[in-house]
Amino acid sequence: MKAAVVVFPGSNCDRDAYHALRDVLGYEVDYVWHAQPRLNGYDLVVLPGGFSYGDYLRPGAIARFAPIMEAVRDYAERGGLVIGICNGFQILCEAGLLPGALTRNIGLKFICKHVYVRVENNATPFTRLFRKGEVLRLPIAHGDGRYVCDEATLRQMEARGQIVLRYCAPDGSLSEAWNPNGSQEAIAGVANPTFNVLGLMPHPERACESLLGSRDGRRLLLAAWVNRA
Amino acid sequence: MPKARVYITLKPTLLDAQGRTLQNALHQLGFETVQNVRVGKYLEIELAADGDPHAQIEAMCQQLLANPVIEQYRYEVVEE
Repeated sequence: MKAAVVVFPGSNCDRDAYHALRDVLGYEVDYVWHAQPRLNGYDLVVLPGGFSYGDYLRPGAIARFAPIMEAVRDYAERGGLVIGICNGFQILCEAGLLPGALTRNIGLKFICKHVYVRVENNATPFTRLFRKGEVLRLPIAHGDGRYVCDEATLRQMEARGQIVLRYCAPDGSLSEAWNPNGSQEAIAGVANPTFNVLGLMPHPERACESLLGSRDGRRLLLAAWVNRA
Repeated sequence: MPKARVYITLKPTLLDAQGRTLQNALHQLGFETVQNVRVGKYLEIELAADGDPHAQIEAMCQQLLANPVIEQYRYEVVEE
């Protein structure tokens, strides 16, 4: 199993992703520089967290035009598995590979802590190892994570099951008190209509070892193994 | 040389977290007449004289400067 971790100028979770994928989950992993025009032979492509291009203009707005993004688009259109974490999620939204957008956190603060998310759809390649409704504990670290989209898009996503993760209380119930950034409908992660592209604000790559406080991220990142089995 | 002034703001239907915080701060300073604050971006773009500046700025806004999912924009072109 081979995974690519795309590196933009300003990515800062690329090493975390590399470590989790290779040392914990057994992938063969390449860093792929943003100026590369091609992505060949990968079973999983990860757009990592960070501050690509310093978040200039809007998070992800500039990274979206990097040469590698055309290759990511082609790869996704062929059915390849793409996961965008934090800034990677922002980039996928800016690129139109995922619906909606990520705006400034409701309290304006950069939030760095563990949160709880609920698996809303366990029929995606990324969530097959979870039960529907299962609660995961994952870390977040972002200033622009408030997910928004228009009502028509929201209804369409609900109907298709594209809302994959929601922020929740430890017991799995939904309440604004447990929605850290004010996301619409407490949305923490969404997929494209064909479910091979997933974006999420929490960091599964930082939740793969007990030493780091949670191992709940492992099963998300095992997607390529699960998909082949 | 044509110069464009571009104004980008969050759509009115979206909560502007920065604007709301500023509104609260202004109230605390005693500016009680403040009813609403929206924060946006202002860009000045200088263009070469050839081509239609409006068409160019429109294309720039659509492709990069504004995100149509969350933002709206307007601009004016002046000669300097």
